[in-house]
Amino acid sequence: MTVEGTVHKFNDDIDTDIIIPAPYLVTSDPAELGAHAMEGIDPEFHNNVKPGDIIVAGRNFGCGSSREHAPIALVGAGVACVIAKSFARIFYRNAFNTGLLILEAPEAVEDIEAGHRLKVEPSEGVIHNLTTDRVYHAEPVPPFMQVLLNSGGLMKFMMERTLDG
Amino acid sequence: MSMTLAEKILAAHAGKESVKAGEFVLARVDFAFANDITAPVAIRVFEEAGASKVFDPDRIGFIADHFTPCKDIKTAAQVNIMRRFVQEYGIMHYYEVGAGGGVEHALLPELGLIVPGDLVVGADSHTCTGGALSAFATGVGSTDLAAAMATGKAWFKVPRTIRAVFEGKCPTWVGGKDLVLTLIGKIGVEGARYMAIELVGSAIESLSMDGRFTMANMAIEAGGKTGLFETDETTMKYLEDRARKKPVVYKSDPDAAIERVVTIDAYSVEPVVALPHSPANVKPAREVKDLPIQQVVIGSCTNGRIEDLREAAKLLKGRKVAKGIRVIVLPATQEIYREALSEGIIGDMVDAGATIGPPTCGPCLGGHMGVLDEGEKAVSTTNRNFVGRMGHPRSEVILAGPAVAAASAITGAVTDPRDITSEVTP
Repeated sequence: MTVEGTVHKFNDDIDTDIIIPAPYLVTSDPAELGAHAMEGIDPEFHNNVKPGDIIVAGRNFGCGSSREHAPIALVGAGVACVIAKSFARIFYRNAFNTGLLILEAPEAVEDIEAGHRLKVEPSEGVIHNLTTDRVYHAEPVPPFMQVLLNSGGLMKFMMERTLDG
Repeated sequence: MSMTLAEKILAAHAGKESVKAGEFVLARVDFAFANDITAPVAIRVFEEAGASKVFDPDRIGFIADHFTPCKDIKTAAQVNIMRRFVQEYGIMHYYEVGAGGGVEHALLPELGLIVPGDLVVGADSHTCTGGALSAFATGVGSTDLAAAMATGKAWFKVPRTIRAVFEGKCPTWVGGKDLVLTLIGKIGVEGARYMAIELVGSAIESLSMDGRFTMANMAIEAGGKTGLFETDETTMKYLEDRARKKPVVYKSDPDAAIERVVTIDAYSVEPVVALPHSPANVKPAREVKDLPIQQVVIGSCTNGRIEDLREAAKLLKGRKVAKGIRVIVLPATQEIYREALSEGIIGDMVDAGATIGPPTCGPCLGGHMGVLDEGEKAVSTTNRNFVGRMGHPRSEVILAGPAVAAASAITGAVTDPRDITSEVTP
């Protein structure tokens, strides 16, 4: 599934309190959470983001709390993909589990600016900057995670492998 | 093959002779838990996947602690989702307000539900607190927790290990919070990303369990997967009359692969604060003295235990909170509250002008019971000082241990306890 959208750029250490402040953690509805996505740093984010848009950020994206509401909020706001230099580990797992596409691509992050248009081919890990016509390669998704994704998500993967046997 | 403590626990739970860092394993979990924010999402995922039963109702815990006592109808509804599930699936460890209740990471160890050698997953990032008891305890999201509830298993990427060595004796009024903030200041908020942190050295050996819980709790603020302590006499004494199962004691092999060793001279550590908006923005409290504040919070899964309250009370006793400063003390569990009452330290703090609230995470996450307005500053014994963490995006949280928090309450500005007393740590 190819993703094409406009870049919203953020710094290092974007924490989960920025992505979705705690007072909103009283629902898991993507649309409700999406209306407050990134509110901690950009109260206008939900008005400016368009379906399919892409967040590009620095190191340690998603640090802090284990709230799965963070990737759900980004999906709810219409964010199709997050490209970062690195991800905090709980966020990394949560993104896979909630269907938010994430890619680690430190070089791409250095080069990409807010407002650029990107086309992302997740299966190949290729990021094409349509504004500058540059191409970057993301870190490959670990084989274990690919199996997990291909088997239809975590619950299915775990239940098939551990129950009835 | 030589292994680290983290590798040994994961290998034992994955049914393997050995594992090494970087490997992916499917491992059996000893205990899985969630709170009133993360459990409702886990329950939805569990039910949508068609799971028909939980793997073991005696190995699952639900703790309503974040927005409790419920602050509004929406949060009350979240807790009701938990209660319904608990009843339907016979979950044996459900705790909320009142008898037996408390903040999850203080409560579960207190109840003896986490013991050395355990593999624990919790849908809360501060699950790493269990590492103080030599358990590989780590935070996960709600979907991972739902899968663990259904199957009794979780997948892990075996982490590399970073070792923090604290040598020497801590100066007076320097505690676990000062040690761990000093470490985070040194390695940064992603200094241990995806790694297990081992906390060792003579200063750690002489540290109490409460001090160890504080340090393990903050492992996540350096990006750590868990913060592990070795089991020793202090651990075993804590577990006496408490542990619900037999501990299994593992130790890192002398030649185990350690990614990095960071050494800190405990005697040179000062009472510190972490300034907004990063737990790694650490400064000696004296360097920012006179920075005025409006609120002090003493509590949380980081520093709401009995020793924390004793330390704060020793400074507050016979003194008065500065005019206009709101001091909110939240004992982390009902049991800690009871103990503080019987020792008379609740009275000492109330006499000084503090208010005592129920065990709750409340203000730590800007939930309730002490939310800040624009422009306000708090010194807090909690664990995060991110933008908007305790309320308004332009409010500020200054992290500290209970001694700096209590000293600051008395002066109304950030204060090193050694500047208001010649007494020593209780």
